Amino acid sequence: MNRRIFLKTSGLALVGSALTPNVFARMAGAGATGGKKVLVAIFQRGAVDGLNMIVPYGERSYYAARPSIAIPKNEIADLDGFFGAHPSLQSLMPYWKDRSLAIVHAAGSPDSTRSHFDAQDFMEAGTPGVKSTEDGFLARALATRKDDAPLRAVALSQEPPRILAGSSAIATADLATFANSASAKIFGSMYPEAFESVNILRSLRGRNEATYPRGPLANALKQIAQLIKSDVGLEVAFADVGGWDTHAGQGRTEGHLANNLRNFSDAIAAFAKDLGSRMGDVVLVTMSEFGRTVRENGNRGTDHGHATVMLALGGNVKGGKVYGKWPGLGTSQLFEGRDLAVTTDFRDVFGEVLTQHLDVPSLAKVFPRYQGKGLGLLGPFLIGDG
Amino acid sequence: MKRLIPIAALLLIAAQPQPIERQRAEHALNRLAFGARPGDVERVMRIGVDRWIEQQLHPERIADRTFPAIRSPELPSPGGRTSRPPREGGRDVRLPLSDEAKKALRKEARRGIEELSAQRILRAAESERQLNEVMVDFWMNHFNVFAGKGLDRFLIGSYERDTIRPRIWGRFEELLMATAKSPAMLWYLDNARSRRDAINENYAREIMELHTLGVDGGYTQKDVTELARVFTGWTIDRRDAGFTFRRFLHDSESKLVLGQRFRAAGGIEEGEAMVRFLARHPSTAKHIATKLCQRLVADEPPAALVDRVAKQFLATNGDLRATVKAVIESPEFSDPRYYRTKVKSPFEYAISAVRAAGARIEDPLPLARELRKIGEPLYFAQPPTGYSDASKAWSSDGALVARLNFAVAVATNRMPGIRVSSTDSDALARMIGAPEFQKQ
Repeated sequence: MNRRIFLKTSGLALVGSALTPNVFARMAGAGATGGKKVLVAIFQRGAVDGLNMIVPYGERSYYAARPSIAIPKNEIADLDGFFGAHPSLQSLMPYWKDRSLAIVHAAGSPDSTRSHFDAQDFMEAGTPGVKSTEDGFLARALATRKDDAPLRAVALSQEPPRILAGSSAIATADLATFANSASAKIFGSMYPEAFESVNILRSLRGRNEATYPRGPLANALKQIAQLIKSDVGLEVAFADVGGWDTHAGQGRTEGHLANNLRNFSDAIAAFAKDLGSRMGDVVLVTMSEFGRTVRENGNRGTDHGHATVMLALGGNVKGGKVYGKWPGLGTSQLFEGRDLAVTTDFRDVFGEVLTQHLDVPSLAKVFPRYQGKGLGLLGPFLIGDG
Repeated sequence: MKRLIPIAALLLIAAQPQPIERQRAEHALNRLAFGARPGDVERVMRIGVDRWIEQQLHPERIADRTFPAIRSPELPSPGGRTSRPPREGGRDVRLPLSDEAKKALRKEARRGIEELSAQRILRAAESERQLNEVMVDFWMNHFNVFAGKGLDRFLIGSYERDTIRPRIWGRFEELLMATAKSPAMLWYLDNARSRRDAINENYAREIMELHTLGVDGGYTQKDVTELARVFTGWTIDRRDAGFTFRRFLHDSESKLVLGQRFRAAGGIEEGEAMVRFLARHPSTAKHIATKLCQRLVADEPPAALVDRVAKQFLATNGDLRATVKAVIESPEFSDPRYYRTKVKSPFEYAISAVRAAGARIEDPLPLARELRKIGEPLYFAQPPTGYSDASKAWSSDGALVARLNFAVAVATNRMPGIRVSSTDSDALARMIGAPEFQKQ
């Protein structure tokens, strides 16, 4: 059965908002959209401190391990009585409440490397521990279905990201500069393929419906939203944002991490607002190469750790819930005696979004030699959920 | 009008089968210089390719024009009325300044880095010591420092001028030691803040993973932690913002790193011994040889070549001139199968375009800013890996179109500070935008 029809009927059948699909899925189900399904992946480069982003405030050892950087209980936005969000994530809280935002905690890559470069490389290649993989997993996901649309994938980033290596994705930090008309005139025939996308980009439409904060992530998301609204055939969009490598002076509710999280949260919230009902076609997923040490270091910062937190927003996400088995912060529960253990493989999160949202028929080539497990992150709410 | 002739000549030459010597000269100018200016290929052929290479390996013997001095922006005056450098190894990393003073300081720092980029561009485009500039780019990238990180905006100028440039033709060990003791690196990779009761692993990990052994060079997490303890006390002097060793910050317990044992109560000599040990390690020889071959020969260099270069590195005690020479004088370097196979980095592309166009650089600052748009702002590679040297990092459609936009701006004289005198701007744009020009 076509999922949209299923949603429509199941939405009618269910009673009470707590049991209905999230707000975006309802809008999509009501026939407000006709576009393609889109995955937006955001990479927080530098290893975000998942423990201060989504705080396990119910853990006494959290406060013991972080005397000068723990987020005080009274500053936290409670999520479920155990976890709470950093106050800088305030702008995303409406999406948590309307159940379009889900959180996956203790997520990450099973490989134990604490090198930024290796961990990002493994994650983007989709093959933790294997260095010989040449392409990125989002490129392989796109390759599972044939489609000649020139703008199936874009990366709004300074450098072409590894995650889309091997695809025809265009990578640019700025679409307007990219679609320069003088160049199209001179080079259009020398590089016909490259300029096919330029020509499409020069006819973008879609008005901006939200106030974005300043900064490169907001800029990237604003442009991705415009591409989605213009129905150019976009399926995968990627953006990255740095500054999470908080070895020193990361701060509590103010300071370096707090500012970064606020920017991050405000940019994503603006993106969701901008897209409105079209967000029903979009699932946004955030990732980071690893988390940070449970204990703060001597510089009021944290060093390279293991598991961190991922967010999923929009589409058919069954939000308002923290997914994943919580491994605990007791000394014996920590990975290598120091870090939050990984209980959810990042491939489970992406695997579910790719198969259930983007209709990727099989993950065999996307995540080779990996048997994933389902999280139940997507789909209509059923009786008993939440 | 006078610029039109060499361009037309180049196009004409490109259409004919090229004699081997001309191809070799072009290849040498592509890889060991930032591309050819009009007339350069003929000039190198006249000198003889081998002789030209030998000259380039000894930049100090090549007469050059004078360039503006590399200026390092002034650190807020130590002990001055309104400012002081951060506390050593300390928690206090903020400068107690007013918001306005901070703003002024940031502006001064930004301007300083722009000027620094401008001098790099000018030297890359106009110095006769081309290989020297290529290797400055290589080593600045190998020992990358991100100028956007706090104090590094003030330290990066001195880092290039005093730490890197004077040592790129000497022994690797000396270059490694200089970077290990440079305030810029101490700040960038947090060693300045690492102390015996609060170690920070960042530098200890990256010196092994990126600067010496390589990620598969055979070290463990335990080695990282132990090495971080070895380097405790290596910090920045708050009085003059130079390197200092502080015994009271140093972990004086015994340590074991990569089989090297240090007894309790040691000092700075432990770190110095480890720098020397890492510099001479066979994994380091292989890692440096691989990176040099990737830069100068091919993204995936033949294993036999890497082995030979690594042997040379070890045999000469890490003599960088001898090691680079082993790469350049190898049969692989001159093997036509590698000609025009590497996609130029944005910096290489921009400089080679300016050189090929015979452009006059009236002001390099706008070009420095333009490098950001085409993806390689100098001194702003955030990760310690620096910018990629592999073609695939730079070969997306997006990167290509950004370069073509740049080519058009240069050719049509719409790039401020860069003047071309060609009257056929479309032909010039097509030349510096052509597929073969994207590669070296």
